[in-house]
Amino acid sequence: MERIKKFANKYSHWILLSPFLICFVLFILLPIVCAVFLSFTQYDTVQAPRFVGLSNYLTLFTGDREFMQYVLPNTIVYALIVGPGGYVLSFLLAWLLSQLTKWPRTILTIVIYSPSVLGAVAQKVVWGVIFSGDRVGYLNSMLLSLKVIEQPVLWLTSSRFLMPIMILVGLWSSMGVGFLALVSGIMNVDGELYEAAAIDGVRKRWQEILYITIPAIKPQMLFSAVMALVGTFNSPGMGVALSGSNPTPGYAGQLIVNHMDDYGFLRYEMGYAAALSVVLLILVWLFSRVAYRLFGEKE
Amino acid sequence: MAKYSVVKTAPQKFKRDQIILYIALLPVILVMLLPVIYIIFHAFKPVDELFAYPPKFITLRPTLDNFRSLFEVADVSSWPVSLRLFNSLTSTAAVVTATVLMSASAGYVLSKKNFKGKHALQQINQAALMFVPIAVAVPRFLIIRQLGLMNNFLAQILPQLAMPVGLFLVQQFIDQIPDSLIEAAKLDGCSDYGILFKIVMPMIKPAMATVAILSFQQAWTATEASQMFIDSEKLKTFAYFVASVTAPTGNSLAGQAMAAAAALITFVPTVLLFIIMQSGVVNTVAHSGIK
Repeated sequence: MERIKKFANKYSHWILLSPFLICFVLFILLPIVCAVFLSFTQYDTVQAPRFVGLSNYLTLFTGDREFMQYVLPNTIVYALIVGPGGYVLSFLLAWLLSQLTKWPRTILTIVIYSPSVLGAVAQKVVWGVIFSGDRVGYLNSMLLSLKVIEQPVLWLTSSRFLMPIMILVGLWSSMGVGFLALVSGIMNVDGELYEAAAIDGVRKRWQEILYITIPAIKPQMLFSAVMALVGTFNSPGMGVALSGSNPTPGYAGQLIVNHMDDYGFLRYEMGYAAALSVVLLILVWLFSRVAYRLFGEKE
Repeated sequence: MAKYSVVKTAPQKFKRDQIILYIALLPVILVMLLPVIYIIFHAFKPVDELFAYPPKFITLRPTLDNFRSLFEVADVSSWPVSLRLFNSLTSTAAVVTATVLMSASAGYVLSKKNFKGKHALQQINQAALMFVPIAVAVPRFLIIRQLGLMNNFLAQILPQLAMPVGLFLVQQFIDQIPDSLIEAAKLDGCSDYGILFKIVMPMIKPAMATVAILSFQQAWTATEASQMFIDSEKLKTFAYFVASVTAPTGNSLAGQAMAAAAALITFVPTVLLFIIMQSGVVNTVAHSGIK
């Protein structure tokens, strides 16, 4: 008993760390390693993985027409608009909120934050009905009564509108924990900084924001940027959920994640799906490099 | 030249120049709020209003019919919806409790203990902030299978436990606790476990609340495990059930109303929890900066 106690106290840091560490290794680190390994193999979950070298990547960039023509451009367009767009929007909203008195600020923060907690399922319910393709869809019936359109538009199953709608839903649900970090960061900027800046000749709001607020909350800006990034890449099951089919109509809303699901769980080509995972992870990493360049202090 | 007044963050009183801020915020608030209000109205709509044309936004005679039919509808396997809710409640409770405890204890170690590899672990966790779980769905599936957890309720819980953001926020929060406090407790003969539970945890309640709410949101709306790791209908969650209810009946109005009712059930607890804990969350994310 005494020995156990001694051991427990000597290695307390590893013992306290171990639950997190074990889960981290099993469900975050190992899957990444596993994805990289599998991406060099052909694997159908029944027979053992067979090493095929770079052939998955070769197929991906030269043989997979859907990937180069739709999936990759879609993903980049979606990420470029929803990521930075949602980020700028959440900064502006956070700044506006910080200028309000306590109660309106608290209530509006909750209102703006709430869509991000809905979860994919509830989001789909809401937007699915608004953009429903028959006459009783809210948007259709409104446009019909205003005589803007003569026939109901198939918003979610047409390749023209799916992507813009996905971007709208993505932006709508992007004010998550990163947004909260910005609100509380801006709230904590020392008021004297602004007064000092005014003496130094700052005469416009945008100058204040650019020269005082943003530099003062750089660490929060970076955290929020990383969160925006993860949110952007982690959520886009939306195209498939909204249109109800994978692949999405005309591949219009197909993102890497959907392509991966398609190959992994519908066609059981795990090796190829793993190569897609790796491309996605690299994409996320590249985007985050940009964020670190902009707001990090080390580089 | 007009007199320039310095920006006033968090003003105490309402002044007229704030009106312009409200005007700027109004369209955003509307877009944010309308879908949510819509779900509330839709969930309580009686049949005749559902089929009304043109569709009405506001519910005139609210009814609980949609909730009733949601709970009466037996899906293919004839397991009642209440079982799904029970599954969701238990798995969510387990995820939240375990995540909070794990993040707190790991956060304490990474913040206050000195040992070899600490800095590396901090760096790894910070890099893992940008981890996108959805990207590794395939290998996760294979690992779960290898561990023999297919069709096991644990598969609903275990993959969600390690939350880099949670650990990161807790650790940054514990960084604010002065070292002298920990040293004093050590001199009094307190073990690390004692320090963690008796001194650190009471001081980091806001951060723990934040982790709780973040993991709650994730677990309560999670469908991946039910979709990929679990075949037995008996073990699937409510969120998954909602997804499957809305899929085939997506275009029928009655199905939509039922789905709205279900969405409301998933949505309300999350928002309530956030409203209760929001001051703690705002307090915690103030220390969220990445340097």
